[in-house]
Amino acid sequence: MDEEYDVIVLGTGLTECMLSGLLSVEGKKVLHMDRNDYYGGDSASLNLTQLYRKFRPGQEPPAELGRDRDYAVDLIPKFIIASGGLTEILVHTDVTRYLEFKQIAGSFVYRDGKVHKVPSNEMEAIKSPLMGLFEKRRAKKFFEFIQNYKADDPATHKGLNLDGPMSAVYEYFGLEPSTQDFIGHAMALHLDDDYIKEPARDTIDSIILYTASMARYGKSPYIYPLYGLGELPQSFARLSAIYGGTYMLDKKADEIVVDDNGKFVGVRSGDETVKAKQVIGDPSYFGAGASGEGGKIRVVEEGKVVRAICILKHTIPGTDDADSVQLIIPQSQVNRKHDIYVAMISSTHNVCAKGIYVAIVSTVVETDKPELEIKAGLDLLGPIHDKFVSITDLFTPTSNGKDDNIFITKSYDATSHFETVVDDVHDVWQRVTGTKLVLKKRELEVES
Amino acid sequence: MARGVRGPVSLRLRVRLLVLVIAPCPQPVGAASLLPTTISAMSKQLSFKLVLLGESAVGKSSLVLRFVKDQFDDYRESTIGAAFLTQIVTLDDGSTIKFEIWDTAGQERYKSLAPMYYRNANCAVVVYDITQSASLDKARTWIRELQRQADPSIIIALCGNKSDLEARRQVTKEEAQKYAEEEGLLWTETSAKSGEGVTEIFNTIARKLPTSPPPGARGATTSASRAAPGANGAPRGVDLNKQPNAAGGGDACNC
Ligand SMILES: Nc1nc2c(ncn2[C@@H]2O[C@H](COP(=O)(O)OP(=O)(O)OP(=O)(O)O)[C@@H](O)[C@H]2O)c(=O)[nH]1
Ligand SMILES: [Mg+2]
Repeated sequence: MDEEYDVIVLGTGLTECMLSGLLSVEGKKVLHMDRNDYYGGDSASLNLTQLYRKFRPGQEPPAELGRDRDYAVDLIPKFIIASGGLTEILVHTDVTRYLEFKQIAGSFVYRDGKVHKVPSNEMEAIKSPLMGLFEKRRAKKFFEFIQNYKADDPATHKGLNLDGPMSAVYEYFGLEPSTQDFIGHAMALHLDDDYIKEPARDTIDSIILYTASMARYGKSPYIYPLYGLGELPQSFARLSAIYGGTYMLDKKADEIVVDDNGKFVGVRSGDETVKAKQVIGDPSYFGAGASGEGGKIRVVEEGKVVRAICILKHTIPGTDDADSVQLIIPQSQVNRKHDIYVAMISSTHNVCAKGIYVAIVSTVVETDKPELEIKAGLDLLGPIHDKFVSITDLFTPTSNGKDDNIFITKSYDATSHFETVVDDVHDVWQRVTGTKLVLKKRELEVES
Repeated sequence: MARGVRGPVSLRLRVRLLVLVIAPCPQPVGAASLLPTTISAMSKQLSFKLVLLGESAVGKSSLVLRFVKDQFDDYRESTIGAAFLTQIVTLDDGSTIKFEIWDTAGQERYKSLAPMYYRNANCAVVVYDITQSASLDKARTWIRELQRQADPSIIIALCGNKSDLEARRQVTKEEAQKYAEEEGLLWTETSAKSGEGVTEIFNTIARKLPTSPPPGARGATTSASRAAPGANGAPRGVDLNKQPNAAGGGDACNC
């Protein structure tokens, strides 16, 4: 341990593993440590033993749930948007060769007490009860506009000011509030209604990402890695190791050692200190939470998320027996500020035993009774066999690291996908290296 | 560090070298269990994921180098640079199979090997060093881990390497063989240095592998079944490298 590294990375969550993978490929000498004896940090997938150790210490998992090895229960519910930023990094780094993906079978939205399928093609759209006949015509005009839209060609902008608010675009097409809800929440995947006042351009980009991803594989805009999301950080860790990264799990970071000017020197673990030029880590290594590791507090809490991992023995009612779904309850339907999300997966994705379905209900915490806030989501699941609830603080760094060479990533937010995680990777990369992360375009392999 | 300081310069050199000499397998690896991971449409060649496990410095990378390139290097540095190597084995009936051989990339050094490494492996070669009895204990730990976490149909071979160092032997043949028999493992001794036993162990594994995908078996999401839906009608996986069939988009939801 007397070597000096370019970068020490603390925590093996997806954000940190993507960064160490990319940095190692770039030729940086990386030491990656985690206090846990498993990969993934907050974005890990746990087997039954690990799940019980975390949520029910001292209690054995019930035998009826089946074999330990069949389980990979995600701690954060997220799906990969097929044409999104994570896919781009996976393809760019060739990490796809370690992974196998399957589609998420369907995307659903809750409206007026019922679960509806988000149409995935024209036929479904025509039949969908989500809109009346006249509204469908107006919506068709809106989607034609989206289809022809080119960001840098004003001729396709219908004279709209896209740096103006999204509300103006909705007005132009005369869309009803319920349709706005559907577009803004079930397609653009906004967590709340703030977007209506924000530049239309961003929402239009999000809708295009959604529809392009939907078109890519057909059933839903989402894909999911077999054996759980925890495979993602592990795959990027292998990429890093292949390019010389050193891995140490089950290793405490007792102190972030700095010099007199507060600049990063190294990480102390026990009575050894490993030196490096820079450190990157998740908030839990920089004073977040009650771990007490790392000393000085360098992160600030900016909200909480409540998540309930629910073990079911059936599919979610009203979803046509889909083996995997995303179900969005827009905030307006339940008098909230933020949407409630349900993400369900099953043995099709090698994350649980046959006949078991794992649904995670989550939302941004708005009150002091978080568990009550997800009730509307839990009620849609039918009988819940078992439930593991967590309330997680979301942390963000207090400084950008330029002065002290300490670069801290963000907690995993309430969004249903990885786009904000990828944004964080780009942001940290830029701060650490001083250059933009350029993902070289690769030749795509086309299957014959 | 187990074996001295590796400077960043030599480190990068090694990467280039490996990338140059070993063409990585182009197909994505499937999540098959005992099914071949890939089947190339043209040659009907079956491809299997083989992982190497064992304590650091027992000779895992040396065994692969001997098997794939028939070379040996006395001053080998730890393995860096290749995702996996491939080698084709010809069976007695003239048919061939392809091994995708995964090396640990040094992640086992500090007990930090990711389970994804061996979770969907078709076969594993667990290596110990006959001159280090502690390395057999480590091999036993890996075998227990495989029996617990890997697919039940995985073929495991226990391999006592460095048989050329007879004078320094600490692990007897009898002890290792007895253990292998109890656990139902293939067993042999090898020397990556002299080449003794190396081809044989891989060939023995090759002969034990299924020569065609058993119908209805779990995990038909090989790249072959991706190209054409699996014969058993299993759900198809998606290939991220595939060109999207609609660029830019907007035509998915003609609401
Ligand atoms: N005498 C002898 N030496 C060997 C043999 N196989 C490997 N070695 C030597 O043992 C050392 C370690 O070999 P590696 O192949 O790097 O071992 P490894 O298991 O891949 O090690 P890690 O990558 O660190 O996990 C090297 O110095 C090799 O030259 C063998 O059969 N006989
Ligand atoms: Mg090696």
